[in-house]
Amino acid sequence: MAALIIINGLISSSVYALLAVGFSLIFGVARIINLAHTAFYALGAYLIFTFATSLGLNIVPSIIVSILIVTIIGVFSYKLVIDPVRQHETTVFIVTIALAIIIQEALLMAYGGHFRGVPTVISGYATIMGVKVLYQQLLTFGVVLIILLATWILLMKTKLGVAIRATAQDREVANLMGINVSRIGMITMAISVGLAAIAGALVAPLSVLSPGMWMHPLVMVLAVVVLGGLGSIKGSLLGALILGFAETLVVFLAPSGAFLKGSVALTIMLIVILVRPSGLFGVSFEEER
Amino acid sequence: MSIVTTYIGKIYKQFRGEVLVLPSRTVVLLFCLILLLLPLATSDTYTLRVLILASIFAIFAASWDLLSGFTGQMNFGHALFFGVAAYTSALINIHVGLPPPLTIPLGALAAVLAGLVIGIPCLRLRGPYLALATLAFPLILDGVVRAIPSVTGGELGLSGIAPLSSSRVVSYYIAVVLMLALGFIMWKISDSKTGIIFHAIREDEVTARASGINTTKYKLLAFCLSGLFAGIAGGLYVHFVRIAGPSTLELLLSFQAIIWAVFGGIATIYGPIAGVFILYPLTELLRVTSEIKMLVFAGIVLLVLLFMPEGATNWLRDKTEKICPRCKLRNVAIRKKCRVCNADLD
Repeated sequence: MAALIIINGLISSSVYALLAVGFSLIFGVARIINLAHTAFYALGAYLIFTFATSLGLNIVPSIIVSILIVTIIGVFSYKLVIDPVRQHETTVFIVTIALAIIIQEALLMAYGGHFRGVPTVISGYATIMGVKVLYQQLLTFGVVLIILLATWILLMKTKLGVAIRATAQDREVANLMGINVSRIGMITMAISVGLAAIAGALVAPLSVLSPGMWMHPLVMVLAVVVLGGLGSIKGSLLGALILGFAETLVVFLAPSGAFLKGSVALTIMLIVILVRPSGLFGVSFEEER
Repeated sequence: MSIVTTYIGKIYKQFRGEVLVLPSRTVVLLFCLILLLLPLATSDTYTLRVLILASIFAIFAASWDLLSGFTGQMNFGHALFFGVAAYTSALINIHVGLPPPLTIPLGALAAVLAGLVIGIPCLRLRGPYLALATLAFPLILDGVVRAIPSVTGGELGLSGIAPLSSSRVVSYYIAVVLMLALGFIMWKISDSKTGIIFHAIREDEVTARASGINTTKYKLLAFCLSGLFAGIAGGLYVHFVRIAGPSTLELLLSFQAIIWAVFGGIATIYGPIAGVFILYPLTELLRVTSEIKMLVFAGIVLLVLLFMPEGATNWLRDKTEKICPRCKLRNVAIRKKCRVCNADLD
């Protein structure tokens, strides 16, 4: 039981971490709460389904193509609908939720409301501490670690990363230092949506696809980033670990846990931000008036 | 006799000078008249049903505006008030047997308490943290409601609730008159000293506090007032639809309120009402004609907001009316001179 909880907790934490890091990045750079973030994740999963199951392509190229397509769609939607209304905070919110609904309805029209499945990249399983662990689960965990490491190196060690962090810290000064702020915004959106699509690719073989699959992860991602502190990558990782495990524990241990898993995660988030109003590692932005 | 005609003439002159002189006021008058006289023209139950629900949601969207539009306390979980009032009204009605005129105020009272419960902890939070914390409350309650089906009816919800009234037309008048009255009250609140303080809190809370305003008190007041009006809407809804299910708490209902309000224009009260009366019948119309209702709905909202990021009513008002630079009164855009002080309108 304990081993099962640990493995499932690690898998769900790692997926939430990928989603939350992308969400944090675009919030930090452009101050956009992108509610369509997990809709891109659903879109990624469905595109893989199209290429791998409907068109019968090999799974690895279909994953790569799907991630690219989702990233392009994400960048275009940022440029066409989110960026023009960036100044109006509530309007951004409505625009992103409208985007999410459009993606959901488009998926519903294209694929219907049935549950769908995607083949795994590698089949078979290993037995660790008496628990059956799919190789796919190990692969998911490994890929998440590599991607997170790569993101960290990109942010900390490259010139682009410095530019992204500078823009997140102070948009105006970054602009004065010769950083093309709007292009950085677009690149960050591409990275953010790309991370969401990768998360979709990793989740697709492990769970069932349905057009409403973005709703629960969205709530969890919001809880994770608020728990960890908006705009903080470190906080997002820790938050994902806490809430991923909390969710798994509730599902396994509490009666009617499937209904309560969201409630418990959100309650933990509430307690944390009531004690620390800007999350665990919330960076305090200078007063934005 | 001549006195009567003089008075009627005077009243008409006042009316023309105050109401007919501005297109926005004329539109509001026409809107009220059409809503009140509509049952004389049609008794189609479906039309009345759509308009009753639109009235209920108009109260709901306007109450969101009173909290989030005016004080800037972004509430992403407004469905909490709606759901709490709906379940309270339903439970009291089923188990105690009180009639709707008593259960609706009790439900609204429960929503006010909910406003206090979420308002007090949320006072410390600001910006996106507040928005996302408020988002959590209805979802937590939703999970609890689903987990204890013996009390709340679980997924299916509670049924067997007393109807608002036995006739559709009477229900229609209850909903519409309440909507107009509560809308007017909210508009008056937003126009009063309290409303100005709400504006000040949104614009700059630190400065408001520095001017000696107890912002904590006013923010809590905004939460409670908003909860009260949203609670009345929730009670009306549950007695009209006669099912209290988890759909009254779900994420999409909170989002709907914000979509309606932002579409109509926030911090206006009449904006959200206009937003509901444009968008809600439109969604119903689309449901009849096509299966891509939400797609079209989201597309329309997206396009409108791209061109009018301040909301539809504010955009229209800016196009049809100008503010006099000297006396700050509104004038029709076609006028060259202000109607009161005769200053040049640029």
